[in-house]
Amino acid sequence: MATKASRSAARLMMAPAVVLLLGWMLVPLTMTIYFSFKKYLPLRGGDLGWVGFDNYARFLSSSSFWPSVQATLLIVGGVLAITVVFGVLLAMLLDQPMWGQGVVRILVIAPFFVMPTVSALVWKNMFMDPVNGLFAHLWKAVGAEPIAWLTEASLPSIIMIVSWQWLPFATLILLTAIQSLDSEQLEAAEMDGAPPLKRFGYIILPHLGRAITVVVLIQTIFLLSIFAEIFVTTQGSFGTKTLTYLIFQRVLESQNVGLGSAGGVYAIILANIVAIFLMRIVGKNLDA
Amino acid sequence: MGRITLDKVTKSFGAVEVIPPLDLTIEDGEFAVFVGPSGCGKSTLLRLIAGLEDVSSGQIRIDSQDATAVPPAKRGLAMVFQSYALYPHMSVRKNIAFPLKMAKMDPAEITRRVEAAASVLNLTDYLDRRPGQLSGGQRQRVAIGRSIVREPAAFLFDEPLSNLDAALRVGMRLEISELHKRLATTMIYVTHDQVEAMTMADKIVVLQAGVIEQVGSPLELYRTPRNKFVAGFIGSPTMNFIEGPEAAKYNAHTVGIRPEHIDVSETEGPWSGVVGVSEHLGSDTFFHIHETGLAETITVRAGGEVGFNHGDRIHLTPREDVMHRFDAEGLRIE
Ligand SMILES: Nc1ncnc2c1ncn2[C@@H]1O[C@H](COP(=O)(O)OP(=O)(O)OP(=O)(O)O)[C@@H](O)[C@H]1O
Ligand SMILES: [Mg+2]
Repeated sequence: MATKASRSAARLMMAPAVVLLLGWMLVPLTMTIYFSFKKYLPLRGGDLGWVGFDNYARFLSSSSFWPSVQATLLIVGGVLAITVVFGVLLAMLLDQPMWGQGVVRILVIAPFFVMPTVSALVWKNMFMDPVNGLFAHLWKAVGAEPIAWLTEASLPSIIMIVSWQWLPFATLILLTAIQSLDSEQLEAAEMDGAPPLKRFGYIILPHLGRAITVVVLIQTIFLLSIFAEIFVTTQGSFGTKTLTYLIFQRVLESQNVGLGSAGGVYAIILANIVAIFLMRIVGKNLDA
Repeated sequence: MGRITLDKVTKSFGAVEVIPPLDLTIEDGEFAVFVGPSGCGKSTLLRLIAGLEDVSSGQIRIDSQDATAVPPAKRGLAMVFQSYALYPHMSVRKNIAFPLKMAKMDPAEITRRVEAAASVLNLTDYLDRRPGQLSGGQRQRVAIGRSIVREPAAFLFDEPLSNLDAALRVGMRLEISELHKRLATTMIYVTHDQVEAMTMADKIVVLQAGVIEQVGSPLELYRTPRNKFVAGFIGSPTMNFIEGPEAAKYNAHTVGIRPEHIDVSETEGPWSGVVGVSEHLGSDTFFHIHETGLAETITVRAGGEVGFNHGDRIHLTPREDVMHRFDAEGLRIE
């Protein structure tokens, strides 16, 4: 790819893909922005003309807006914390030579293959059901009052479900990172008098820095838009209404496309703010 | 201080016995070099001494204290690894300070020792760099710096120079010898380069398949190798071995003669052969002689000025007083 001719040939051949991707991205974005400036009620009169920033003002002043931003951030933050902490621990465990390593590794990855809808339903009905759920039985077995998970502790429950789904991803990436650690470094630290906890803090954790950054950035992108887990469990009640869910309600339940589109633009802005923060905090791990 | 004794030490990985029972003593302040072909168990032996591997049986004593079950950090030994094993996310300063920090030493004392080590090793200008921004030789020196600040009872080196280029290797070899002279601390050095062994060691330990073939000073090993293996391993280029009727003349199964102990002449000598490849090093020339009827090739060292051409027939005279005789088992006959 060094000569002038091969460079321009490369550009020519990449062009179709670039145009397609650009269209793929730009068309929905433009339409969202277009509708966000209109009063558009599909079942109640259709396109009722331009309204300027009305939708934006209404979405922002709605009583559900700030709680939804808060719920979104809590879920993203909670899931990130749980998956990174347990991911590091699990990865270190799986890195140890042990009997049945291959099978255990596949079992750990398995939750990632379960569709979000299915896993949320399984959790809701099999584990968290206050009458028949496994947790309820467990609580009764030790003589405690069963918890109605999804109504009494709805946000933690959702964080738990989503963490369960994303833990394999974090574990897998962190495991490959741990495996690339030069064992002589650990031995050198051992000879230098560092006990296991210090070896973890001074050698393993810094080595994992870059992998943790990747896990955090990728998960954030997907976690900001979780939907199925909320839809099949709490339907957005009990303080679990995320920004995504709020937009869904505005568009489909209230049949207000304009308002929903304005919410969509806010969601883009929120995602960017979160991304900028994350890049500030962890992004420096990526260079070097 | 730093006297290390191995008493009937063995090591097996699963069913494979890598080190059969082995006894060895390294005196305080000695520079001991382990040499041997690849896979003979040099690194394993070093790691047993360091405590990074557990012995399968036997005892390791450091200063006549049983250290067999003592964890590596408590043995008071420092190790320099082949890959240097520097901590990549720490600056050179932090790397060198790490063992002191782990020992919870006073920060002022840490700074003093780190700067002292850095000035000894010419690292003062690089203290704030990361290992990734250093050359191979500089990294090597950081690794050494990290080991000397602790003032250990003994240093363990596992092929520390094998990643360096030839010129740097010679330089670092001198620096390590210099360091040993100054610190007068026990050093155990693993290499498979016999030149390093000869030039640096007080005591060479020749290993083959986990067994010690011979222990002695470089010149002892050079002059009186105990068997054919040691004779072939020590000295460069390697010794010529001659079997058959010619060896029988000397009442031996095999006779060995070093390339530097054969005189060449155009006209006279008991052996004769045809010159093959000549390697001109300037100071010396190595001739590979064929068709002698004694061995496949006989290597001869001559002065740098001696010039024979490929295909010349020449005559050789071995110096019989420095000839080595071996029996059918390969053991030396006095
Ligand atoms: N962890 C291990 N498990 C099983 N076998 C091992 C292990 N470590 C080393 N060995 C075996 O022990 C023998 C000696 O290995 P060692 O690393 O000590 O050789 P070495 O003399 O250092 O060789 P080199 O000069 O190539 O570094 C080898 O045959 C090797 O295969
Ligand atoms: Mg080795």
